[in-house]
Amino acid sequence: MIEVRNLTKRFGDVVAVRDISFTASTGQILGFLGPNGAGKTTTMRVITGFMPASSGTVKVAGYDIFDDSYEVRRRIGYLPENPPLYGDMTVTSYLRFVGRIRGIAKAELGDSVDRVLRKCGLTEVTGRVVGHLSKGFRQRVGLAQALIHNPSVLVLDEPTIGLDPRQIIEIRTLIRELSGERTVILSTHILPEVSQLCEKVVIINAGRIVVEDTLANLTQQMSLEEVFLRFISKEPAEERSESEEATA
Amino acid sequence: MRNALTIAAKELRSYFVSPIAYVVLTGFLLLGGWFFFNLLARFSLFVNLYSAMRNPDAQMRLNLNDFVIAPLLHNLSVVLVILVPVITMRSFAEEKRAGTYELLMTSPLSITEIVAGKFLGALAFVLIMVGLTGVYPLILMFYGNPEVGIIAAGFLGLFLLATAFLTIGLLTSSFTENQIIAAVSCLVVLLLLYVISWPAESAGPVLGAVLKYVSLTEHFSEMVKGVIDTKDLVYFGSVIALALFLTQRSVESVRWR
Repeated sequence: MIEVRNLTKRFGDVVAVRDISFTASTGQILGFLGPNGAGKTTTMRVITGFMPASSGTVKVAGYDIFDDSYEVRRRIGYLPENPPLYGDMTVTSYLRFVGRIRGIAKAELGDSVDRVLRKCGLTEVTGRVVGHLSKGFRQRVGLAQALIHNPSVLVLDEPTIGLDPRQIIEIRTLIRELSGERTVILSTHILPEVSQLCEKVVIINAGRIVVEDTLANLTQQMSLEEVFLRFISKEPAEERSESEEATA
Repeated sequence: MRNALTIAAKELRSYFVSPIAYVVLTGFLLLGGWFFFNLLARFSLFVNLYSAMRNPDAQMRLNLNDFVIAPLLHNLSVVLVILVPVITMRSFAEEKRAGTYELLMTSPLSITEIVAGKFLGALAFVLIMVGLTGVYPLILMFYGNPEVGIIAAGFLGLFLLATAFLTIGLLTSSFTENQIIAAVSCLVVLLLLYVISWPAESAGPVLGAVLKYVSLTEHFSEMVKGVIDTKDLVYFGSVIALALFLTQRSVESVRWR
């Protein structure tokens, strides 16, 4: 369960995210859409506790990200846009390291590593050095890293980017399997992915939420592409008035 | 603590799986060996010279501690000024560049654990580095009779000096995501602390004393002479603690910026 309330994030004078609110409930896969630079990554970084909000609150699994940051971080699995990999470690030693810092007891570490290796299809490359792996394998190691501590909330920033079609299908199947009792936020540019996976869609544009609705409701009358384009094309007029505000 | 050790182990391993550890250790030992060889050659030349001149007074003043170990330690300390920034420059800067900073910061770790882990990893490396130079006094002890206590104090001084250097390196690395900026700014700070006491004699009694106290070299020289004074230990302790504290603040600042 993720609850974002009136979240604003400023970098100096630039407002990256402006007063956004949305909720993702347990067992739901939430598709987080928006054009490049809309504030998706910033929002995810705030939710995962990487950077603090300028104002507003976020609750993850009932814990406030500012007051109970530690509890939130224990429960969250995060795959950033660029998988956070140590290029000089082998796949196994990397996953063991991540497992340790995510608080897995030494006795269970081996099992946890085996589990995610199998889940993410990494069993053939366990001894390979992460930096020498192909883009697709790296992305999978990144996903394995996010899953190792069996988190109840998953935040995935463009998880299928750079993968070949077969790998994309595998990862999608995996994400669907994972959802179960978990809350998943999935940021992506690939609209068919959202249509296949997500129950709920949030579209963000120029730092504001323009749509929050279920996929079924949104796609009743038109395709998701049309919905997306319609909502983000409202942008120019608003943006102009914003930039005028800023200069004034 | 467990988390700090996990990070420390990862740090130490990352030094040794990359060429950095080998280049730095080889360079350090190569230079150290060259200094040692030349100091020892000079020493034996003096011994032969004075005994040929039948000058027992001068011969009495010759000893391995003052003529070999002390200058060796001073030379090694200069090499450390250059090499320690290279060891520490990656610690935070590389994590930021590679995006693994996000992994560390979104894991259930406290900032103190992260900083402590980075510190302990680098400390272990420096311990190995300084420890390997212990081979030089071992050779002297085998063939000669230097004063062991003075040597021990001098090497303790070298280790404390290296530790102080590396905490300053961690601090500059935490400011930036560019390793070169981290290394260069660390080098500048270290050199400055090294030479800051130069104008001490002409700077007047108060300022002169302050400059002398701030200088790393002054405290290190005392220990090389074999004097383990609380004043010097407190000085090194304060530099290390202050730099680690500032590093912790600097890393934590992303959480409240």
